[in-house]
Amino acid sequence: MGRYVLRRLLQLVPVFIGTTFLIYWLVWSLPGDRFAGKCGERPCEPAYIAKMTEKFNLDDPLIVQYGKYMLNLLQGDFGITSKEVSVGELIANAYPNTLRLAVVALLIEAVIGLAAGILTGLRGRGFLDNLVLVSTLFLISLPVFVTGFVLQIVLGFELHWIKTTVSASPAPWGHLIAPGFVLGSLSMAYVTRLTRTSIAENKRADFVRTAVAKGLPQRRVVGVHLLRNSAIPVVTFLGTDLGALMGGAIVTEGIFDIKGIGNLVYDGILGKDGAAVTGVVTLLVIVYLISNLLVDLLYAVLDPRIRYD
Amino acid sequence: MTDPSTAATGAAVTSTAGEFVTGAEHIETKAGKPRSLASDAWYDLRRRPLFIVSAALILLVLLMAAWPSLFTSVDPTYADLGRSRDAPSAEAWFGYDNQGADIFARVIYGARASIIVGVVSTILTVLIGGALGLLAGFYGGWIDGLMSRIADVFFGLPFVLGAIIILSSFRAAGSTSATEIMFLVILSISVLSWPVCMRIMRSAAITAKQQDYVKAARALGASSTRIILRHMLPNALAPVMVYATIALGAFIGIEATLSFLGIGLRAPVVSWGVMIADSRDVIRVAPHTLLFPAAFLTATVLAFVMLGDAVREALDPKMR
Amino acid sequence: MRKPRWIAASAMSLALALTLTACGGDSENSGGGNGSTGSGGGSTADPDGALSAFGTEPENPLVPGNTNETGGSKVVRALFTGLTTYDPVTGESKNAMAQEIKTTDSKVYTIKIQAGWKFHDGTDVKAKNFVDAWNYTAYSPNGQQNGSFFEQVQGYKDVHTEDPDGTAGPQKAPQPTTDKMSGLKVVDDTTFEVTLASPFAVFPLKLGYNPFFPLPDSFFSDPKAFEAKPIGNGPFKFVSRKPNTEIKLTRNDDYKGADKAKFKDLTFKIYESNEAAYASVVSGDLDFLDTVPPTGIAGGKYKQDLEGRNGSTPYMGNQTVTFPLYDPTYQNPDLRKAISLAIDRKSIVDKIFDGTRIPADGWVNPAVPGYAKDQCGELCVYNPEKAKEYLAKSGFKGAIKFSTNADGGHKDWMTATCNSIKNALGIECTYEPIPTFAETRQQINGRKMTAIFRSGWIADYPSIENFLNQIYRTGASSNDGEYTNPKLDELLTKADAAPSVDEANKLYQEAERLLRDDMPVIPLWNQTAQYGWSERLDNARLSSLRELDLTTVTVKKK
Repeated sequence: MGRYVLRRLLQLVPVFIGTTFLIYWLVWSLPGDRFAGKCGERPCEPAYIAKMTEKFNLDDPLIVQYGKYMLNLLQGDFGITSKEVSVGELIANAYPNTLRLAVVALLIEAVIGLAAGILTGLRGRGFLDNLVLVSTLFLISLPVFVTGFVLQIVLGFELHWIKTTVSASPAPWGHLIAPGFVLGSLSMAYVTRLTRTSIAENKRADFVRTAVAKGLPQRRVVGVHLLRNSAIPVVTFLGTDLGALMGGAIVTEGIFDIKGIGNLVYDGILGKDGAAVTGVVTLLVIVYLISNLLVDLLYAVLDPRIRYD
Repeated sequence: MTDPSTAATGAAVTSTAGEFVTGAEHIETKAGKPRSLASDAWYDLRRRPLFIVSAALILLVLLMAAWPSLFTSVDPTYADLGRSRDAPSAEAWFGYDNQGADIFARVIYGARASIIVGVVSTILTVLIGGALGLLAGFYGGWIDGLMSRIADVFFGLPFVLGAIIILSSFRAAGSTSATEIMFLVILSISVLSWPVCMRIMRSAAITAKQQDYVKAARALGASSTRIILRHMLPNALAPVMVYATIALGAFIGIEATLSFLGIGLRAPVVSWGVMIADSRDVIRVAPHTLLFPAAFLTATVLAFVMLGDAVREALDPKMR
Repeated sequence: MRKPRWIAASAMSLALALTLTACGGDSENSGGGNGSTGSGGGSTADPDGALSAFGTEPENPLVPGNTNETGGSKVVRALFTGLTTYDPVTGESKNAMAQEIKTTDSKVYTIKIQAGWKFHDGTDVKAKNFVDAWNYTAYSPNGQQNGSFFEQVQGYKDVHTEDPDGTAGPQKAPQPTTDKMSGLKVVDDTTFEVTLASPFAVFPLKLGYNPFFPLPDSFFSDPKAFEAKPIGNGPFKFVSRKPNTEIKLTRNDDYKGADKAKFKDLTFKIYESNEAAYASVVSGDLDFLDTVPPTGIAGGKYKQDLEGRNGSTPYMGNQTVTFPLYDPTYQNPDLRKAISLAIDRKSIVDKIFDGTRIPADGWVNPAVPGYAKDQCGELCVYNPEKAKEYLAKSGFKGAIKFSTNADGGHKDWMTATCNSIKNALGIECTYEPIPTFAETRQQINGRKMTAIFRSGWIADYPSIENFLNQIYRTGASSNDGEYTNPKLDELLTKADAAPSVDEANKLYQEAERLLRDDMPVIPLWNQTAQYGWSERLDNARLSSLRELDLTTVTVKKK
């Protein structure tokens, strides 16, 4: 187990370097004038451009810039944006918001998705099953920004049930319910279907049959044998989804003006801010990779057939 | 599936494909069946309402993409401000958009761009991901390790972020032609999606490699190329096909998302995503400008997802 | 999130911002101004109230000499008070910290400041603080973006050197010989003298802008500390700043100026987009928004969403499209006239802008002194038949293109304009956006445009002259289409030298009429600004700088 974790962690290193370099290179090669808009509606003064160029090492070759950036990063310094604000501080402000949003989304998709999945999985085919099937298909097909806009306009502007924007930081949990639903709606559909398939399959599995044959009470069969084994793919999905939700929140954050990392990165790209974009994306990738690792380890806990060594 | 977080999509597809792969083993052991797997599946498919509905929908959309003039005689680019945002009526079934162009005609003509983006990105994704996955699965060892790490790099990249960065980076300054933009959109979708396909192919290939007939072929001295093409590819193809169908729908949705963000397709190209993006400022006064393109988009994506579902169930004997 | 934030925010720069609101007969200032609500900061106003205003993340640290875009300017202008200030309604320049600004020859200005003013850290504001600040901003190694505001001052060339081969070239700008402009001289604690390189009569008009603000001594000893906590001399003090979230200020109770605020705490809430800010004003989370986004304008929604708490005010800007006359396609004036006649300005204004713009009848904004009616005549009125006649006369066959930056929200009206031409003339017209403002400027400055492009002008100061000299004179700084007409140049020169303003204006008007024959630039419409506020505010209005007028606004008692 220990060696397995170590190997996985070592594998993270090249992925980490590859991703950061890729991002750094892409942001670095963004076309256009990185000084656009910094001086109002007039061209920036040459003196200003000269000073900023020196300050941000813009004249260095890419690899040197990247090297300098990584050295600082290893010392825990995320650098500053072109607006001369500390990236670390920006991330510290934005991260909790996105994390909250992702957690709300995850909770919504887990609760609703699991409930619907277990219900239909245990019941088998019928009206409820078809209803759930159709609605999950619909959720999968609906683009997130359409869902977001429709909810914002109908529930927010017309009915005044929800806040149209969540501009406060840190974002209040209550305000995140609608955006969380929007963000989690797609995965909710997946969780439902995954749970349903998994349960339907395991219902016919040998170990369930054995448990029934042993005369275990129905509740124990369902609770311990059926659900625990069916949970494996669902848990995998939910685990990897946390990272994906955080990275995928850019559209939702944009619609509801949540001050999260999605907005931060989007701004960074527009402003050609290599430091901000690389910093945030690096964090996202780390979260993603680590959550993947944790999920794999969780496998071993849930499924006695899997052992790592 | 239109959510940009393909990582999520990937996980779902991978796990379902995984189920399927184990399913494939079962089929092989059921020797002596008169029908092949493909014809068996086809037989099964024809009886599924889900398949019939989705196939009909897809045919209709393809027809719209190929011959839009069959459906409407109105010029989708003609706009008259005098009828701006007029509600649906007998002359214009879907009403007019902000510029006063006929929404019905635009929706019909919009199918082409959306379909092209979806189909070409799917083909590219499957080609790149499939080839790399097959090689990684077959050779294993350091090739597998290297490719898996490269895939990890692209896989860990949040989709929309990656697409925004790629599209902004490669969009040359000055006016870019419509085909160039379309090509860029296709490229960025494929570049960010191939790892999913590669993983599916890789696991299918690894499973296939351990099958007796592959071992037998190798013992008989068959070349690597022959083993890959003749024995492993056909057996690993099915899960990739399932993925491709679902992904096609997803990519159409992604095109809309990118256009909506202002970095995907744009006028004079007519696509559903462009129409939805255009409707953004007037949604509240003229909801029909959003409703119709969004409905067509959703229906098309839905059709492909349903088709993928139906095909998967047909191919997987356990689901019967 | 569709359009980059800086564009949404920086519809104009501060340097080009003197506006007139007085002429707004057509605006529905229903609840605005000092009008119908009638409370006038009286019994219902809470002197210790707090309000929040729309803000965008400042592009640079909050140093006046380095701030020129709206996000930072709003904050800097609340923190500092300059020698002069601009009237919130008329945009006229009037003394603020200055006691008097004297000159006999428009070359040497003696500026006397009021005594007793203090910076927020308690130190006195002396003449020296102005001179030091100006020298710092102008000194090129400091890289302050507003350095060129001092170019008229004697000795500017010695402190501000140019890079000989442009910023892209390998060479660096030479080190300036000195860091003090010879034209600035401190006489005593409250007096200093400014000598210009040559006479410049409108110099005092500039003194209310950011780069002319004084800086405290502590700035020069520790700029980093200043950036973290700016210290000004204005009506508001800096409290705290949370990047991308908010900037908090509070009233400076020791403020010596006449324009004291009638409320206490001012928070600039940072938004990603105008759309989000608009939603916030509607739901009551934000108190003031200075630019209603297109989502609110469409169908006049903002008047329902913000009933009784919205305003619209014209300002001295217009929207035009310019022909690249260096491109052979657009050489024929009859073609240019045909295009102008084919644009249905009224419909576009009504449908795309919901009637908030004013169709243009000439090249000069109606709000500026010297404006004459109907200078463009029938050529600026939609007339498809006439348009076709002109087109036939020009013999033009082929397609035309329109272009502008894609990130400024111009797509809808550009497309509509193109469609209008296409329908009226039956020629192909396409709109081809260029991704960013910077790239657009590059093409225009490099004279590489092949399409008719958006131009538009916002007055630097209220005069007809400002709409002509800089745009249409041969070789003028903003003559982006390379238009040249010796007759026009001659008239403009004559007008510049006219003995009285009236006579000058007559000559300017005559010059403007010449444009009708050549149509190098097509006037489209004149600009207005829409704004809105929450139920908690009274007397909210937009100042001439298109910011919330902090001197009149009051917060209701809870």
